[in-house]
Amino acid sequence: MLLLGPRCGRIWLIPVLLAALLGPSCSRPHGERVVIRFWALGAEGDNVRSLIPEFERRYPDIRVDLQAIPWTAAHEKLLTSYAGKSMPDVFQLGNTWIPEFQVLDAIEDLRPWVATSTVVHEESYFPGIWNVNIIDSALLGIPWYVDTRVLFYRTDLLAQEGYTRPPGSWQEWLEVSRRIRARAEQEGREAYAMLLPTNEWAPLVILGLQNGSGLLKERDTRGDFSGDAFREAFGYYTRFFHEGLAPVGVTQVTNVYQGLAEGFFAMYITGPWNIGEFRRRLPPQMQDRWMTAPLPSPDGAQQGVSLAGGSSLAMARSCEQKDEVWKLIEYLSEPSVQLAFYQITGDLPARVEAWEDSVLRGNVHVRAFYEQLGHVASVPQVPQWEQIAMKVQQYAEVTSQGTTPIGEILAQLDLDVDVILEKRRWLLNER
Amino acid sequence: MSGSRSSAFLIFVGPALTAIGMFLFVPVIAAFLLSFTDFDIYALGDFSVARVVGLGNYGRLLEDPLFWQAVKNTLYFLLVGGPLSIVVSLGMAVLLHSRLVRLKGLFRFVYFAPVVTTLVAVAVVWRFIYHPRFGLLNYLLSLVGLTPIDWLGDPDWAMPALILLAVWKNFGYNMIIFIAGLQNIPQSLYEAASIDGAGPWQRFRTITLPMLAPTTIFITIITMIGYFQLFAEPYVMTQGGPLNRTLSIVLLMYQEGFRWWNMGYSAAVAFVLFVFILLGTLLQTLLRRRALR
Repeated sequence: MLLLGPRCGRIWLIPVLLAALLGPSCSRPHGERVVIRFWALGAEGDNVRSLIPEFERRYPDIRVDLQAIPWTAAHEKLLTSYAGKSMPDVFQLGNTWIPEFQVLDAIEDLRPWVATSTVVHEESYFPGIWNVNIIDSALLGIPWYVDTRVLFYRTDLLAQEGYTRPPGSWQEWLEVSRRIRARAEQEGREAYAMLLPTNEWAPLVILGLQNGSGLLKERDTRGDFSGDAFREAFGYYTRFFHEGLAPVGVTQVTNVYQGLAEGFFAMYITGPWNIGEFRRRLPPQMQDRWMTAPLPSPDGAQQGVSLAGGSSLAMARSCEQKDEVWKLIEYLSEPSVQLAFYQITGDLPARVEAWEDSVLRGNVHVRAFYEQLGHVASVPQVPQWEQIAMKVQQYAEVTSQGTTPIGEILAQLDLDVDVILEKRRWLLNER
Repeated sequence: MSGSRSSAFLIFVGPALTAIGMFLFVPVIAAFLLSFTDFDIYALGDFSVARVVGLGNYGRLLEDPLFWQAVKNTLYFLLVGGPLSIVVSLGMAVLLHSRLVRLKGLFRFVYFAPVVTTLVAVAVVWRFIYHPRFGLLNYLLSLVGLTPIDWLGDPDWAMPALILLAVWKNFGYNMIIFIAGLQNIPQSLYEAASIDGAGPWQRFRTITLPMLAPTTIFITIITMIGYFQLFAEPYVMTQGGPLNRTLSIVLLMYQEGFRWWNMGYSAAVAFVLFVFILLGTLLQTLLRRRALR
């Protein structure tokens, strides 16, 4: 609500005067140095600051103007900066946002730079993650840090049911869940096997990808959620709710750390940031009773896939000092800098070499992520993915609570997704 | 009417008209036209792919459950928060107008201060007040033996929490207008009523309220328009969550427009909101006419 009274009339003078006073001294404090504008998001934005002085020491003629943008506003700010023709020179780009900026033709194809680079080589990256950055054979970002989902579980609760190793197949996963639930019921406790929060789309989408669904079809112009592969995965997902293996309406479980410590649930699919959180927040006697594991797969024969997540560094097409920007991207991609960044933020390095360091090798909870990162799949590379993911989440929530037949729900989901993709269909088919 | 007079008129009015035209009418007309197109992220990159869709956006909007959720939330905020805000500001105005109160200037300042404080600064403090574990409000509840409430995280409590914040932040403005209204009521009316033996409650009901009617109508309309445009509070405090229970119409418009870049659809939301506000204002004007007759 905006209430501007007459008294506010002259307040605007203050910033104007301040700008007039500070302006000339701010804009050119370093003589001839080239200024590159770098936007990083959330915690990365706060923490990358400490790596910049070393870069500026190596290249005294470059100054990095770093801005930390909160994650909640990042997407809007980046798109608005494009619309207002004031994009930063280089910025952190979440992997699922790459297609949008590709459609806008806002980011530079980095292949020419990689071709001559001594630092950035494709072989040094996890193939699944690298490929997320390629659309229509253009390389639109260099992976900065990686992210995927694995299974966090209570070793003691699984061992109690005879599982000394984590479940490897969907069948085993369901089996151990049923046993955990049966024991809880026998003992009259309210406890579950899995935590599957319905405000997260990732677990359901992962199950679909694991079962071989492409999620979309016809060159990603229509939903393929009623297709056999996704339908089967969705059926598997809903069993956890309908058999009482996962709690319904888990917005009530506000504290997952307490939930896991108390054995309210024994397994949870989540990401690398929770390694640090679990260490900090689980009580000391719990610390040797939890572990991470790569996700099970439908048949248990090979490793199940998970999401290819993380952020990349992208160069704006509008940027006028591309050589300097590339130097910054190269610097942040050096294995030692990647490792330093991991030590400050806990973000997993994108460079495979960095993983060979004892810091990462010595961390038992990180190992599962390394294994999982060799088996990741990307969500469809369409600009509308986040909107589609919201729909998937919405229908997952309906299913967990209701009894509507799966076929009906998925048909409705496909209809909704087809509406979202209407423009894409038109662009690809009719123009 | 001579030619020189009309040119003098244009010279004086011209600058203001140009500014209003450029910064009000042009954007409004552009947005209105936009609402009949499917301007989206593709069109942002290449304008030629924007298509005219006629009333398509409006049709989709009326079928969108999220839009109706936003309408429901906004009406909840308006119908609970609006009257509450008016009653609180009237009550405070009457108290501050009373001859018994000392330090009137100080109290007026204290109650008006939240109005001129930026909401972002206010939100930082209120987030602390509402914090589920360390918050002041839950601490007070625990003193009287009530269980803590996750004010901003619980779908049922998030909107009441925002209403409380909004009323606290805005009642000072209406209070000042009410005080001005109270000062215009002739003292002789109260004296005459006292001589006739009217008590304080009777004086309030039969003199203060009727004499304040024009002020109250003005405040009701202004409050309704302001509360219909609920945006900053949920944007800063909850981002529309939990479970979209604090998603307001304007926040939906913002998300569609700037998060997903569906500008055409977003413009349609804006014009539907305009119609709502217009209808609300017309309704109040009608009621006032009937009351005056």
